Amino acid sequence: MRYLPHSDTERADMLAVIGAASAEALFSAVPKSALLDKPVDLPKHSPEFLVEAHMRNLASKNRAGADGPFFVGAGAYRHHVPASVDHLIQRSEWLTAYTPYQPEVSQGTLQMLFEFQTQVAHLTGMEVANASMYDGSTATAEAVLMARRLTRKDKIILSGGLHPHYRDVVRTNLANSPNLICLPASPEGQGDILDRIDDDTAAIVIQTPDFFGHLRDVKKAADAIHAKGGLLIVVVTEVVSLGLIESPGALGADIVVCEGQSIGNALNFGGPYVGLMATKKEFIRQMPGRLCGETVDADGNRGFVLTLSTREQHIRREKATSNICTNSGLCALAFSIHMGLLGEAGLTRLARLNHARAVRLSKALRAVPGVELLNKSFFNEMTIRLPVPAAPIIELLAKADILAGVPVSRLIPDDPAVENLIVLAVTELTTDMDIDMLGECLHAALNGDAA
Amino acid sequence: MSMNNQGRPTGTGISGYASTSGSSLLPNEPLLFEIGDTEHSGVDLPDATITGEFLGGFERKTPLDLAGLTEPEAMRHYVRLSRLNYSIDSGMYPLGSCTMKHNPRLNEKMARLPGFADIHPLQPVSTVQGALELMNELAHWLMTLTNTAAICLTPKAGAHGEMAGMMTIRAAQEAKGQAHRNIVLVPESAHGTNPATAAFLGYTVKPIPARADGTVDAAAVKAALGPDVAAIMLTNPNTCGLFEPQVIEIAKAVHDAGAYFYCDGANFNAIMGVVRPGDLGIDAMHINLHKTFSTPHGGGGPGAGPVVLSEALAPFAPVPFVRKGDGPLTLVEHSTDTHLGRITAFNGQMGMYVRALTYMLSHGSDGLAQAAKDAVLNANYIKARLSHVYSAPFGEGPCMHEALFDDHFLDGTGITTLDLAKAMIDEGFHPMTMYFPLVVHGAMLIEPTESEPKQTLDHFCDVMLELATDAKAGNAERFTAAPTRAPRRRLDETRAARQPKLTWERPQSLPQAAE
Amino acid sequence: MTVKYTEDHEYIRVDGATGTVGITNYAQDQLGDIVFVELPKVGQKLKKGDEAAVVESVKAASEIYAPVSGTVTAINDALTGEPGLINTSPDADGWIYKLSLDNPGELDSLLDAAAYTKHTA
Repeated sequence: MRYLPHSDTERADMLAVIGAASAEALFSAVPKSALLDKPVDLPKHSPEFLVEAHMRNLASKNRAGADGPFFVGAGAYRHHVPASVDHLIQRSEWLTAYTPYQPEVSQGTLQMLFEFQTQVAHLTGMEVANASMYDGSTATAEAVLMARRLTRKDKIILSGGLHPHYRDVVRTNLANSPNLICLPASPEGQGDILDRIDDDTAAIVIQTPDFFGHLRDVKKAADAIHAKGGLLIVVVTEVVSLGLIESPGALGADIVVCEGQSIGNALNFGGPYVGLMATKKEFIRQMPGRLCGETVDADGNRGFVLTLSTREQHIRREKATSNICTNSGLCALAFSIHMGLLGEAGLTRLARLNHARAVRLSKALRAVPGVELLNKSFFNEMTIRLPVPAAPIIELLAKADILAGVPVSRLIPDDPAVENLIVLAVTELTTDMDIDMLGECLHAALNGDAA
Repeated sequence: MSMNNQGRPTGTGISGYASTSGSSLLPNEPLLFEIGDTEHSGVDLPDATITGEFLGGFERKTPLDLAGLTEPEAMRHYVRLSRLNYSIDSGMYPLGSCTMKHNPRLNEKMARLPGFADIHPLQPVSTVQGALELMNELAHWLMTLTNTAAICLTPKAGAHGEMAGMMTIRAAQEAKGQAHRNIVLVPESAHGTNPATAAFLGYTVKPIPARADGTVDAAAVKAALGPDVAAIMLTNPNTCGLFEPQVIEIAKAVHDAGAYFYCDGANFNAIMGVVRPGDLGIDAMHINLHKTFSTPHGGGGPGAGPVVLSEALAPFAPVPFVRKGDGPLTLVEHSTDTHLGRITAFNGQMGMYVRALTYMLSHGSDGLAQAAKDAVLNANYIKARLSHVYSAPFGEGPCMHEALFDDHFLDGTGITTLDLAKAMIDEGFHPMTMYFPLVVHGAMLIEPTESEPKQTLDHFCDVMLELATDAKAGNAERFTAAPTRAPRRRLDETRAARQPKLTWERPQSLPQAAE
Repeated sequence: MTVKYTEDHEYIRVDGATGTVGITNYAQDQLGDIVFVELPKVGQKLKKGDEAAVVESVKAASEIYAPVSGTVTAINDALTGEPGLINTSPDADGWIYKLSLDNPGELDSLLDAAAYTKHTA
């Protein structure tokens, strides 16, 4: 077995030192009835090339993003990741390091996290950020709980523009609390949340660009909730937008959570991703997740440590702010390297390029008879209404090797109001030819011609 | 007040002792913001012409103030930083309960195949049949290894799996009209996530004391069970590195009392392929793919924590999951009957599924069992070699995959477990897990895993024995001043916590680059 | 003026109907450097044994319980900026909160200095 270093001779020598008759003798505490006397019914060990062949066969049954026109977004985006990012994160010292609980031998990870926290704070316009969360959806649920702790109020209102999966995750976490109000989907981008705020409201959650691609008015939401003593949570699922759109922090957000996948991380069929969470300084003691802070060592040299860890489960146990005990370290590293390569100049250009692609898409879509574009505003994603149910059209186009976006009915089933809607996204990787092909094939599909 | 016995020295020890940090091979690396500026960029992108027509008046007006680096600068920065880290590839991590085993590179290569890495969670199911097949195959392996009926793959980490498992238990109790059951039993030796999870779900935690031998007393569990108990959360093998000998009896008593058995699977590495937890009577158990199945720790994540479920809990598994029928595989994405809703967006940690399955296929059923046996062998070898000097609180019997010591052998030396751990750094080893489990004074929990060759174990034991000898000889300064040969000396954690500085702030003297 | 102690290492210094609560020198020594104190609110009503405050060292968070029942009349705001006062002066500058006693009779159940010294020996 290529990963197990002992020879049988060494095993025997070690058993002799231990004074055990056999390897089985070390399992003497296990009840006899539960100890297996033969391997479980699964394949035996396999050489590297056979394992690789098996995995390649599975991978070949999937249609990869690069295989043809691709307009799928809805919370995960297909961006270009520079080659150096993946090279760097595969270095042993990053890939195979443990959580930096021993700061003297973990300064690389710790300094990177400090830089990451700073990048996230600047990007979102907030004062502080944590060392990352599992993903955007779980970060949203954590933000909601944090707002409840901070305000000592209970009511949470989720905008109809929030990603439906995020809404579901909050709902599961809050165990369908009667004080959780989930507004119905708002595909036209209509303001739906502000007149629901009352004195009992702990927080409202809005997303911008929202699930349907509309840009939402963060300032107006902040003013409305602050007037009632609650907090504004802003969700951003496409962080590239922050290169072009005003930061939520500058507009009055109290907690900002993002899905950071777009920067540095591949689509990966949904994970692993990296959740970003940023807030105001005054709220840090109620913020979940790991935090890295600057300090000095015994020689007075600058160094970094995980800090304020008394908020966490390994100290507070049942009184912890959250049961989380990991962050998304390597994905945060990929994010931080990619963001470091972009810098302000690069991110700004990337965001402008994405938006320009989207403008191009919007024109192509409007030119298709029967297609109605619902967005007056957008960043790189938009929603269209077809004259017919959307899901079969998406399947039809997939057969022509065009992944034409996400039918909203996949996330919000059994709702006639969204049955004909498609959410489509572009990125810097989308070409004019992709967009033209989509337009033509959508036209053909709606007119009954097999594309 | 409640005294938490985790309190321990956090100062910087003795300063002025010779230090090698900042040597020519380990240069101090400035921060990204001190090297880069807002004009540099390592990415070539065309500058697109845009108007504000579709931006709704929300264009950014505040500067981003994000530092950029060109590619050569970035390579230097991140390679230099990386060299300040310890890693499995550079040395042994004897971290108890963390299972720092070798991370095969085939796993990494497979996870990067475009057919896995470049697929979107919401593209048509007809275009990702290979991904669903992979999820199904991983599920089959994990359910077979545990002899369980169902699985929820999506939890993002162990603690998240724990939450998913406990949520299904709560749902199952509610479905039986037993929603009033509001107590969860948790042994004192449990990992901190267990009580945190139970409390998060609104349960009252009732601690179960450990017996003198470090295991849980079935009689104490029986005495604590009652009509208000929803579940027990038991780690097996437990955090003292011991297999719970009465686990079957405990499971039966728990079921007889109408409660469920949540097993913390953090230590599954000790028994994979040797014992199937389903045969012990568990109802739910999370499996840390980043421990047992070799997905990389990555400096603190991402992890993955699939949770296996018994027949009784299967109907409550959270969505999404793969369903196999006669035709193509389908993905059940919406909760229609008793199933719980989502615990995360999309489909969980696909990148980790690929790595874990690659690892399992490499080992096979025979190799996994051998790995577990070697992990146990290695821990017992360390225990045998050290226990004439290091005090073992729970006697001479065999341990499972980790050896537990306490600090009694340091009595009178003025040296603490922490000092000893820091001295290990100077000898080239990452410290072991310290002060956990809480039930043992000055605990040192050593888990070598199956990945360590005998030569490494021997060297490790030689170093540990030499350190103990030196400690007893009264050479305290070597320990209290340690480490002196790492990139940093001990760090001032008090200062970090009293005046938290969590982001870089531009020094007054350094003007911002022209916008 | 009398000083009484709990087995959980809080002290209460009683002056008429008001008591000043803090943690003992022994407790601060066990905890190590205090980095943060979560104070109660003035006006908060406490029953004997209720959680009144939290003191945090780097690695531990410890709840401070009310030694007797009463209403919080003052809190030591200086601890917000300088939590280390609990280490340097637990008995004086490092006091945590003051409360007006509901029932001075409850003091009888607490330890006196001699009994507390014996308790920590």
